[in-house]
Amino acid sequence: MAGIATVPAESPAAPETRRSGSPAGRGWSRNTVETRVLGVLRWLVIAGLVLFTLFPFYYMVLLSLRDLSSLLQAPARLWPALSELTVDTYRDVLAPTDSGGQGFLRFMATSGVVALGTVAVTLVFAVLGSYALARLRFPGRRRIGVLFLAVYLFPSILLAVPLFVFFTRVGLRGALPALVLVYVSQTVAVAIYMLRNYFQTVPASIEEAAAVDGADRFTIMRRITLPLAMPAILSNALFVFMIAWNEFLFALLFLVDDRSRWTVSLGLSQLAGSIEIPTTVLMAGSVILTVPIVVLFFATERLLTGGLTAGAEKG
Amino acid sequence: MGPAVSARRQAGREPGAPGRGTLRAREARTGWALISPTVVLVLVLVVLPILWTVVLAFQDLRLIRLRTAGLFGDYTFDNFADVFGSPGFWSSLVTTLMYAGGGTAASIGLGLVAALALRRGFRGRTLVRASLLLPYVAPVVAATFVWGVMLNPQFGVVNELGTGLLGWDEPIAFLSERPSALLTVIVFEMWRSFPFAFLFITARLQAAPATLEEAARVDGATPTQLFRHIVWPQLLPTIAVLALLRFIWTFNNFDDIYLLTGGGAGTDVISVRVFDFLISRGDIGAASAQALVLSAVLLVLVTVYYRFAAKDEVA
Repeated sequence: MAGIATVPAESPAAPETRRSGSPAGRGWSRNTVETRVLGVLRWLVIAGLVLFTLFPFYYMVLLSLRDLSSLLQAPARLWPALSELTVDTYRDVLAPTDSGGQGFLRFMATSGVVALGTVAVTLVFAVLGSYALARLRFPGRRRIGVLFLAVYLFPSILLAVPLFVFFTRVGLRGALPALVLVYVSQTVAVAIYMLRNYFQTVPASIEEAAAVDGADRFTIMRRITLPLAMPAILSNALFVFMIAWNEFLFALLFLVDDRSRWTVSLGLSQLAGSIEIPTTVLMAGSVILTVPIVVLFFATERLLTGGLTAGAEKG
Repeated sequence: MGPAVSARRQAGREPGAPGRGTLRAREARTGWALISPTVVLVLVLVVLPILWTVVLAFQDLRLIRLRTAGLFGDYTFDNFADVFGSPGFWSSLVTTLMYAGGGTAASIGLGLVAALALRRGFRGRTLVRASLLLPYVAPVVAATFVWGVMLNPQFGVVNELGTGLLGWDEPIAFLSERPSALLTVIVFEMWRSFPFAFLFITARLQAAPATLEEAARVDGATPTQLFRHIVWPQLLPTIAVLALLRFIWTFNNFDDIYLLTGGGAGTDVISVRVFDFLISRGDIGAASAQALVLSAVLLVLVTVYYRFAAKDEVA
């Protein structure tokens, strides 16, 4: 009762004092409160975000280095004891199956071949195509732009059924080159889009000067345009490599029947359900799958972030 | 396109210019020669398969009979009757919409918070910014695997901390029980995709003119007022495009849910159903019909996107 009684007594006074202050003064006090609160909140948010994003990666590395039995005894311990640290998990996961391992070294070789093949083919297609789109006038150019945008937006699950049926029917479903071609068809549109934007920032006058000096178009491309576009081509290559290395659905559809052709992603996903393989060993497998991407990413972050917004994902 | 090109274009339009037709024709020929490998690849591996899905959806084709069956003829509406008539379809559509809506809102919300928190510079911002992008570039198989282990009811760290520190009565089966599984995949989607929104919004914030905010600050606007009346209206178009793009991709997302829950416990989205019809039931026709329904929804979304945002992107 006492509390309620004080409210009407005080409430007329409070607006009174506020009203007596100048509008600027009132704004200043709210401003100070907000600035201080947001100033603290900002650091809390940053700390929370870093924890939220990085914790799964930390946990991945942590579990890959811990001994399985000690993990089961103390699952919540977030720092490893020195005595339980082990790299046997990595040896187990990398060793070939006939010596008791999981054969991830072989998976890595397959992933590497597929990803590098995709990069090479995509770059050849994309450099030629983006140069044409940026520099040359030809009928249908606009329509091709629309076609590529549609490809970029179309998700891979819609292509899964017809491509699976087609490659099964022609008997090429387990073939790595078939998978590489599918990856190229998925990445080439974005690669062309990114490279075309870059070519458009390079002044055409340099090439025209060379043309005046008598160079033909392919000499110009080889000697002038390509060297100038090298940074963009390199970031494109890394970007395509990441997509091909990470890809899961088509690897699953095309390669799952034959363990000797599994990629790292496919291998990890197929072995993840198994009861016989210790979680810590598979965690070492996920570290092996993730590390190349993280290293590439931090080495080239500046080059890549522009490209990521230009379009990165096939859902 | 520099001034040199437009000068050339004008020169080409001069009525008496010698050799105009042949130069033009040669340029067009070169353009087509350079772009045609990509166009052929995209037509064969993307456009034709999509069209073929339409044919397959009207056929009664089983995986086991694939190598012998004729690929054309015997059209039927049975697949659509099956798809629309099956009890799982409509609930699956609702699940997909909830997943896409929830995932889109959560990832854009967190991306916005991150972009605002990291807007002003501080020591180490570059490193923090790069770290926040990691979930987006990391291989999806590794990310889902580590999340699965983290959330594991037996020895996952989240349940250990929850029962040990937060006083949960019993471990939560995050990925295998009904309301929690859908929520968990949405949180995973937020973790994985917020960097995309973060990058987009950061780029837009950097392009926003500082003078507007300075003027408002001089006039006494507080930080929240600045955000509400100056920053937010500038971000709104970017966020609208982002929302559409993220919705399209999340709507079609296959990998994340397949790898986290396999489509169980109320997370049976349409893309996982397409895969199940194709691989587990071997029913190509029903899988195609299912995919067509997905495409129809997608087509509407892409049309909206094209009308709305991409007009000047496609040149």
